[in-house]
Amino acid sequence: MSFGPHLFLALLEGTVTAFVLALIALGLSLVFGVMRIVNIAHGEFFMLGAVLAWACSILVGGGALLGFAVALVVGPLIVGAMAVAADGLILRRINYQPESTIVATIGLLYIIQQLVLTLFGADARPVSPPIYFRVAFPWFGYSGYKLIVAGVSGLLLLGTWLAMSKTKLGLYMRATQQDQEMAQAFGVPVRRVYAKAFALGAMLAAVAGVLVVPIQQAHYLMGLDPLLLSFIVVIIGGLGSLKGTMVAAFVVGISDGVVSVFFSPTLAKIVATLLVAAVLVLRPGGLFGEEGS
Amino acid sequence: MTGRLTGKVLALHLGILAALFIAQFILPAYHHTNVARIMVLATYAVGYNILLGYTGLMSLGHAMFFAAGMYGAGLPIYYLQFGAVQGFCVGVLLSLVLATLFGLIALRTSGVSFLIVTMMFAQACYLALLYFNRITLGDQGFILSKTLEPVSLGSFQFAFTSPAVKYNVALLLFAGCFLLSAVLAGSPTGRVLIAVRENEERTGLLGYSTYKYKLLALIISGGISGGAGAAYALLFSYVGASFASILYSIYPILWTLLGGTGTTTGPMIGTGLMFYLVDIASGLTSSYLFVVGAVLVMLILWFPQGIMGAIRTRWLPWLP
Repeated sequence: MSFGPHLFLALLEGTVTAFVLALIALGLSLVFGVMRIVNIAHGEFFMLGAVLAWACSILVGGGALLGFAVALVVGPLIVGAMAVAADGLILRRINYQPESTIVATIGLLYIIQQLVLTLFGADARPVSPPIYFRVAFPWFGYSGYKLIVAGVSGLLLLGTWLAMSKTKLGLYMRATQQDQEMAQAFGVPVRRVYAKAFALGAMLAAVAGVLVVPIQQAHYLMGLDPLLLSFIVVIIGGLGSLKGTMVAAFVVGISDGVVSVFFSPTLAKIVATLLVAAVLVLRPGGLFGEEGS
Repeated sequence: MTGRLTGKVLALHLGILAALFIAQFILPAYHHTNVARIMVLATYAVGYNILLGYTGLMSLGHAMFFAAGMYGAGLPIYYLQFGAVQGFCVGVLLSLVLATLFGLIALRTSGVSFLIVTMMFAQACYLALLYFNRITLGDQGFILSKTLEPVSLGSFQFAFTSPAVKYNVALLLFAGCFLLSAVLAGSPTGRVLIAVRENEERTGLLGYSTYKYKLLALIISGGISGGAGAAYALLFSYVGASFASILYSIYPILWTLLGGTGTTTGPMIGTGLMFYLVDIASGLTSSYLFVVGAVLVMLILWFPQGIMGAIRTRWLPWLP
């Protein structure tokens, strides 16, 4: 393949990565924005989505499409419920103190990961794509399912944006983000908003996991890479800025895709981290960060 | 708090070291090796505690310093037939350089951003070890015992394969860093670090450059962690990228929290307890890291002070 088509393939791969990454990072960013906490177990929610999608494909008869549709609904719901439980049982009790929360969510990371290892084993589990077709470009054929993943992710991003800007819950979340005490004074049920934001963040990661599993296979250690990429995204974009997260997700996702295709995925992660170093030197708060952070 | 390393405090620290010294004549072989390992890992925890416990900066990426020490010592010994002492020095030097460079960049951020950045850079170091596999032999690791010459001191020969040498070198390293941390905690510099932990803004207003003090703490902490990594490579003869993985950044948090953050004696106790807990759990199940997660959550929920922290509050307010 000559350079032009090769680059086109790399950009295509990068765009798909970017959409999925945007979805995961948005969850992380949303949770940070509203609750001022960083969830280290965020990648495990992604992994749970993928593993649940595999479980659904085994348990639900009647073809790959039905199993996948069930997973798309059931996966995020189960993960959301777990997030609400984690919020009530752990995070609320430590009062969302940032550093304690980080330690607690590291604990949660190992608890979830090791439970999945015990219950589902250490093998990587493939799931067949619900829809299979190839898009024929003049130079190569491309998996149509990957384009669907990008499309569905785009719709979900749009949906989240609409929910944030048009619904009452979104209003509550934005109010809590701007000034938690003032929001409480105006009758926003802050605790419940916290639980919902944490669940929504986890569900976004879980949906991404379900979407990705036909491309990637489900494995109990798969949560780490997306977690670190999301971290890179939120730091570059500026912690707490949803707009920054979106922009950075596309920068990081596309550059990750291009470096992965031309060199290696490992090098892509190293390059992305160096990119963070550069951003931190120039703008410590990130591209769209709040001032003084 | 007396502020200086005198009286009861000195007696306690020397007593712990004496007990560790005597223990080598009593312990059965299996525990003998374990305790040597624990002392090296406890040194790592002591280094970590200087940053978390005394400066109030939590790092999620200390494995990069541990690994820098390990590879800094291991690679020259493996490729260039360096001696143990030179290897150790290169290891510590490399971790000091890494800590300085990293600090200059990462300390531009604060709060949770700092945490994320530490984790990210540590992971980049881990991936780099795997990526340059041809040089680092990262994914399989390598053994040092074939190339490492015994250290000769006068007419004595010390081979690192002998259990007694392992134990006493580990003890020497631990003793040095343990006492260093105790002296630092009582020194004027240590006081400023504690002030940064308690209230960074106020310390800044008093005229201290908190950035410089945080950088200093990071460098000392990284250097001690690197020393532990270098010693681990020398004594246990194995160098591998797994020591740079996230788990090895999480372990020192766990050890320090369990023993008590901001206490000089806590890291050793936390490391010892956790080592045996993980050892027992790994004999029972392949999902033994569940223990790590469960203990972290339980500590944060019910026992944030850790063992020595609780003892200090209840009974012994003079503990440093």
